[in-house]
Amino acid sequence: MSGICDMTSILVAQDAPPLLLHVLRLADTALVLGHRLSEWTGRAPMLEEELALANAALDYIGQARSLYDYAARLDGRGRTEDDLAYLRDTPDWRCWLIAELPNGDFAHSVLRQFLVAAALQPYWRALAASRDATLAAIAAKAEKEAAYHLRHAGEWVIRLGDGTDESHRRMTEALEDLWPYTGEMFEADAVEAALVAEGVAPDPLALRPAWEAMVARVLAEATLDLPAPCAWMQSGGRRGVHTEHLGHLLAVMQHLPRSYPGAVW
Amino acid sequence: MTEAAMPLWEVFIRARAGLSHRHVGSVHAPDAAMALLAARDTYTRRGEGLSIWVVPSAAIAASDPADRDALFEPTASKPYRHPTFYEVPDDVGHM
Repeated sequence: MSGICDMTSILVAQDAPPLLLHVLRLADTALVLGHRLSEWTGRAPMLEEELALANAALDYIGQARSLYDYAARLDGRGRTEDDLAYLRDTPDWRCWLIAELPNGDFAHSVLRQFLVAAALQPYWRALAASRDATLAAIAAKAEKEAAYHLRHAGEWVIRLGDGTDESHRRMTEALEDLWPYTGEMFEADAVEAALVAEGVAPDPLALRPAWEAMVARVLAEATLDLPAPCAWMQSGGRRGVHTEHLGHLLAVMQHLPRSYPGAVW
Repeated sequence: MTEAAMPLWEVFIRARAGLSHRHVGSVHAPDAAMALLAARDTYTRRGEGLSIWVVPSAAIAASDPADRDALFEPTASKPYRHPTFYEVPDDVGHM
């Protein structure tokens, strides 16, 4: 017997150890954003950017694989990285909301790349000094990838913002749409607090000034107005409360392994 | 996307220290900085390079194919320019 009917979803409990939950948050953001970037394949505005976006997608998916592999070991129930990626339902995903938003136009995609990479690159750099050797090794590799994502996306933000009337308008719209999703990248709850106290993970709030400085510098060069600080920011992804978009993404991403359990190439 | 906004750049990659940069292809990009990134993403996906040069395609002066006979034909009758008339001693090995 095979098929959807005998494929049971798995769950990682909300009261799982902080390290496991934190690794899952990182992994989920990486995989969901990697999947979004992969959706550009065949649709990018030019060949060079098609390859650039696919390269970044593979970087993120590679980071996700390392993190899921570690999460599976921390979980210790015999689940694999694939189980964690393909058998969890929407409420059990802990990615940042900004990662799951649809790609939109190239302006939206490239601005998201910039805003996220500007947060992740200093995060990975700090995490590379983690007392957890596995996390430190994953972070050291990811930091180099994020540095490139930041440069690539930042250069585009500058050129599109300070480009034509249309490209400036599109970047302005993208900034208005995405800005309320940036607050979540610096949230910390009891999970992070526990890891910060142990020297396992950096405090996201401490990394925020570096992000703000990078964003301010690039937006100024892009002749884009820095949005006013929002009184209210979108939040919820890290604890499983998502936009309506994540379910559709997971339906596409999980369809094959759930329909054909154990399928191999 | 116009050619003026996205001009063509020729890409040269050095595979290893000590080798020279070799032409590998071209990319479209708005300026030199972006051309370097586009070249990185297009031509170094499999560890091909340690260094990239990009040059505006418009900056390359090329010989005219119509001049081929005048430029290159005369060398065909000068085989003595090839070092094929020397006996290489066995001791020299690969050369």
